[in-house]
Amino acid sequence: MCAVRGLTKTYPAVRGRRGVPATPEVRATDDVTLDIRRGEIFGLLGPNGAGKSTLVRQLTGLMRPDHGSVEILGHDIVRHPERAARILAYLGQDSSALDELTVSLAAETTGRLRGLEVRRARAERDAVLDELGLAALAGRPLRKLSGGQRRLACFAAALVGERPLLVLDEPTTGMDPVARRAVWAAVDRRRAEYGTTVLLVTHNVIEAETVLDRVAVLDRGRVIACDTPSGLKERVAGEVRVDLVWRESAPLHVPEVAALRDRAVESGRRWTLRLAPEEARTVVATVTGGAAFAALDDFTLATPSLEDVYLALGGAARQGLVRA
Amino acid sequence: MDPNEGELRDVSVVSADVLPGGALAVEEQGAAELSPRARLWPSLVAVYRAQLSRARVARIPLLFVATFQSIGIMILMRGVVDGGGEARAVVAGSAVLVVAFVALNLLAQYFGQLRANGGLDHYATLPVPPAAVVLGAAGAYASFTVPGTVVTAVFGCLLFGLPMTHLWVLVAVIPLAGAALAGLGAALGLLAPRPEFATLLGQLGMSAALLLGVLPAERLPEVVRLARDLLPSTYGVEAFARTFGGDPDWALVLGDLAVCAVVGVISLAVATWAYRRAAVR
Repeated sequence: MCAVRGLTKTYPAVRGRRGVPATPEVRATDDVTLDIRRGEIFGLLGPNGAGKSTLVRQLTGLMRPDHGSVEILGHDIVRHPERAARILAYLGQDSSALDELTVSLAAETTGRLRGLEVRRARAERDAVLDELGLAALAGRPLRKLSGGQRRLACFAAALVGERPLLVLDEPTTGMDPVARRAVWAAVDRRRAEYGTTVLLVTHNVIEAETVLDRVAVLDRGRVIACDTPSGLKERVAGEVRVDLVWRESAPLHVPEVAALRDRAVESGRRWTLRLAPEEARTVVATVTGGAAFAALDDFTLATPSLEDVYLALGGAARQGLVRA
Repeated sequence: MDPNEGELRDVSVVSADVLPGGALAVEEQGAAELSPRARLWPSLVAVYRAQLSRARVARIPLLFVATFQSIGIMILMRGVVDGGGEARAVVAGSAVLVVAFVALNLLAQYFGQLRANGGLDHYATLPVPPAAVVLGAAGAYASFTVPGTVVTAVFGCLLFGLPMTHLWVLVAVIPLAGAALAGLGAALGLLAPRPEFATLLGQLGMSAALLLGVLPAERLPEVVRLARDLLPSTYGVEAFARTFGGDPDWALVLGDLAVCAVVGVISLAVATWAYRRAAVR
């Protein structure tokens, strides 16, 4: 359905000016090779700045790569970027083109610009707004809505005018659980009825684990792994994640706790440890008894998530992936 | 457990194997058929309609500012000029200034910001001709100047005691001066490397239209008069000013309007080119 080969894009170095420091050359996508199959929900997971959006912009014809090829449904998108608009629907991160329109007009206009005639665009608009539970907000301008509602309205606009490929760049940002459910139900219905393929960009590991068929993990412009979420998690099956939250600060006077400090990733009162199951059991026994327990506020013991996979594969960013 | 997890875990109940069109691994042979392009006129109308509704929501206060600004300038100039050719120039200049404010200044800002925010991606990923986006937006901004321009012209005629016989010429002046100035505004907004530049260029363009269009030409130094001849709004002002006379020279009016039309075509073509360039980076 979508074949990406050796895709490379380098942002040139920027010379420093007064008040603006120079930035070195950045390789935003580095020799990326992917195959997205028809009807699957394929994810790009990585922290902010990993090159997800840059990659997606090249797949949607918005940016020309330096090298490499992108083929979607047999069409060469690098040579004919204008064809992308006739194959896919894109939900970008920015809503400023639609912000001052009402929800209803935003959806209708987008449908018209996707080539639908007036009557068809209106019918599809009404169907999509009903499906996503937006009918009550139809007459409100997007900029008066909350972040999550606005995102949902933009998603509605992306759905008007059927396309075989949906490219969604962090579609559920800021949404409440009801809106998220509406998004995934709408995606699932299109997949079942039309065999729609979805390319989803996310930095949310829970979302990645639950909705994706396959996921490519991106780090500094490279694909460091590509598999099903469970296939990826098997790679770190020997590990358990232990999160310790201290009441005020870690009781470093306890020798066992002090010994753990080097292996913990600290973030405020929280320590995160990745340990073999045996070790994890010992640590839990230590902190839930004796002197350390008095200082402990909370702890969790969890099987590995895609975040652990990302770190185990050598992902550089300690933060940037979200569990929500 | 996170309250969202349960709801997320419920999704994707459709097994990939039962999808229509066969198994996942089967790749299509040859290129699939493309969805049709949006045609120029229907998409132009859709963009125009959307932009006009946008303008209604967001730009009405600015239109009042534009109109009051022009009316204020005329009241100020009332003490300086005393009828005749100068009064005609002031009224025509103030009326066209409303067009410059909205079509040039605001449109330059709009496109500058849209480009900087990534809002152009929305249009660039729809199969719509670039000309439809540029012309639709330019047309909407130009239409939006109509009430302000008419109010300014009527008020000016009353203030300076000019005849209103030929005010109908605004039917030609607004769209043609609007095309020239909106094209210029769109091109500046889309070509400016940063949105601040787009805003600055739009403001400068409007200031130029104000100074060079409203002040009577006879009192300006030679260099400034040359600059005045280079500004497209000047021809709109001249065409309109000529029609206040008892027996206007319609050939000259048409000539001035033709200049506006030519500048409009060229600047809108440049803006369309600039849009194409800005859309794929």
